[in-house]
Amino acid sequence: MVFKVCDGQIYIGDLFILCMVKEVKNREIIRLRNVSKHYPMGDSIVKALNHVELKVYEKEFIAIMGPSGSGKSTAMNLVGSLDVPTHGTIYLDGGDIAELSESDLAQVRGKKIGFIFQSFNLINNLTVKENVMLPMMFQGTSFEERRERAEELLKLVELHDRMDHYPGEISGGQMQRVAIARSLANDPEVILADEPTGNLDTKTGAIVMDFLKKLNKQGKTVIMVTHDPDLAKEYANVIYWLKDGELEKVTKRVGKTFVDVTKKKKKEMRQEKK
Amino acid sequence: MNLDYLILALKNLKHRGIRSWLTLLGIFIGVTAVVGLIGLGTGLQAAVGAQFGVSSTQALTVQAGGLNAFGAPGSGAVNKLTRDDTAAIEKLSTVEFATPRNLETIKIEYNDKIVFGMAISLDDRMESQMYETMDLEAGQGRMLQSGDLGKIVIGSNYAYGDKNGFDKGIVIGKTVLIQDERFKVIGILKKKGSFMLDNIVIMYDEDLNDLMNYGDEVDVIGVLVKDPDLMDRAKEEIEKLLRQRRDVDIGEEDFEVSTPDAILETVNSVLGGVKAFIIIIASISILVGALGIVNTMTTSVLERRKEIGIMKAIGAKNSQVFLQFFFESGMLGLIGGLVGVVLGTMISVGGVIGINSFIGSDLSPSIDFILIGSALLGSFIVGAIAGIAPAMQAAKQNPVEALRG
Repeated sequence: MVFKVCDGQIYIGDLFILCMVKEVKNREIIRLRNVSKHYPMGDSIVKALNHVELKVYEKEFIAIMGPSGSGKSTAMNLVGSLDVPTHGTIYLDGGDIAELSESDLAQVRGKKIGFIFQSFNLINNLTVKENVMLPMMFQGTSFEERRERAEELLKLVELHDRMDHYPGEISGGQMQRVAIARSLANDPEVILADEPTGNLDTKTGAIVMDFLKKLNKQGKTVIMVTHDPDLAKEYANVIYWLKDGELEKVTKRVGKTFVDVTKKKKKEMRQEKK
Repeated sequence: MNLDYLILALKNLKHRGIRSWLTLLGIFIGVTAVVGLIGLGTGLQAAVGAQFGVSSTQALTVQAGGLNAFGAPGSGAVNKLTRDDTAAIEKLSTVEFATPRNLETIKIEYNDKIVFGMAISLDDRMESQMYETMDLEAGQGRMLQSGDLGKIVIGSNYAYGDKNGFDKGIVIGKTVLIQDERFKVIGILKKKGSFMLDNIVIMYDEDLNDLMNYGDEVDVIGVLVKDPDLMDRAKEEIEKLLRQRRDVDIGEEDFEVSTPDAILETVNSVLGGVKAFIIIIASISILVGALGIVNTMTTSVLERRKEIGIMKAIGAKNSQVFLQFFFESGMLGLIGGLVGVVLGTMISVGGVIGINSFIGSDLSPSIDFILIGSALLGSFIVGAIAGIAPAMQAAKQNPVEALRG
């Protein structure tokens, strides 16, 4: 018999039996409350994101899914607190990011969120090791500590033999692994990956995804932005589906399938508002 | 912690293209001009000082004609000074003594070769006074003493075959032919570093007059004043006396009383003008260099928007982004300054060596570390100031837009 705890309902296999276990909720790390982002475009206004509700609990593997133009990039910028919303509130670790200065926000972001980008975004003038050391420098970590931790992390992503190479001298898959190492530099709670396999072939993409999965197992919260529903379904536990700037639905992994929990989530949010 | 940003700035500079380095030309030329020509000017000043042999602060020289006389050289000296003038000057209360000097171009023959040189006359019983006012000393042998007729003391360059034109150094005890008369060398002067004094022949007035027949006429009167404080008064008194004796009015003097200070002042004012000109050129050049840095840094900020976006995404504060670009700009200036200092020092050392070989002086090139230090600091500051605006522009980039590149 296989027991699975899922939203307080017990399943045996895939068969619903009984609701008997009280839901054990993890801590909430990021929350978007009724968030809209509008950009002025000439005389008109582009509503990139409209009234989106999103919650990220620790240790979750979340996917933000949507075709291009769905507002998922905007959503990722907001979730990563790179940008501030036009309306609504974003909470990072319980605090309203609108209350922080630009520089304080950068510091908090650097400590709590590790970024992985589709185009790797390594700094070409710096070696692999120096790239991994950089986020720690902005937090004021000493050089020795930075060096040791960077070497440790590069060992973790199996790139310790490429430490002194420049990004231009290694392959795309290796660059993305460097980016993973860099995202872990300040030991953040959240890894935010924007199309992490977008520029990689299937095989190297799978290696990168396996690293993310492993990190999630070890307790990191992973948020992945992707347009690929198969990738989202393979790795994520919760998927936020965006369409035309609106939150279309939220699905949650139950066993091997996903169930629509949109109404439940909305209800939950409404309750909290009161 | 700021050191980290300095290192980061240096790493980024390593990957700069040639265009960035070309914009440093202004800084580099400016610093080269300042360091090179100030060093050279200092050397030149020392050279001039040594040429005039101005060691005594109590010595005056009186010349007919004068440096400021109109007309062709020599025409001002038609009315020559005389031995009577010398005696009259010596009677003045402020004057310790006055010595007449005659300078003549002479033909010297030695080792079957002929060279033309300058001879200076020495008055009997005035030996020590003359040696004192001109600060002369024997390096080898001895100086002329009363009764040493037919004998000479020669400047230090005559002792070297490669410098005297005879292909053979003259040593003590040898005989040379001057105006076809035989003279015995009894002393060689200590090296003075002055072209004139190192190539001079000293002989008694009686001997020189026999050779050249100038009679009572005197080229220069060397005067030693009783006290350094009396210099100005002595100068006035001599001028007044000579105006009476030569029957000229104030402002129409056909003679000149020069103090060593006055000579140096003239030289210094010329050099000062040259320096001021160089500093103006250098300032313009450095200003152009600074604008070049503003330009290259602004371009760099635009080119590296994505990098700035990445830095901000991974936690860089505005001040940290600013600091990196600020240091980068400062280091650009510093590198320009460094190249300028190296080249400028080479110019000043090369220039001094050039002066030495040209006039036979013995100056050592002066490397002014304070000047070099302030040139380097200055170029860092110029670079850093030029980088403030671009660095601020970098710091206030919106991370989302910057990441888009």
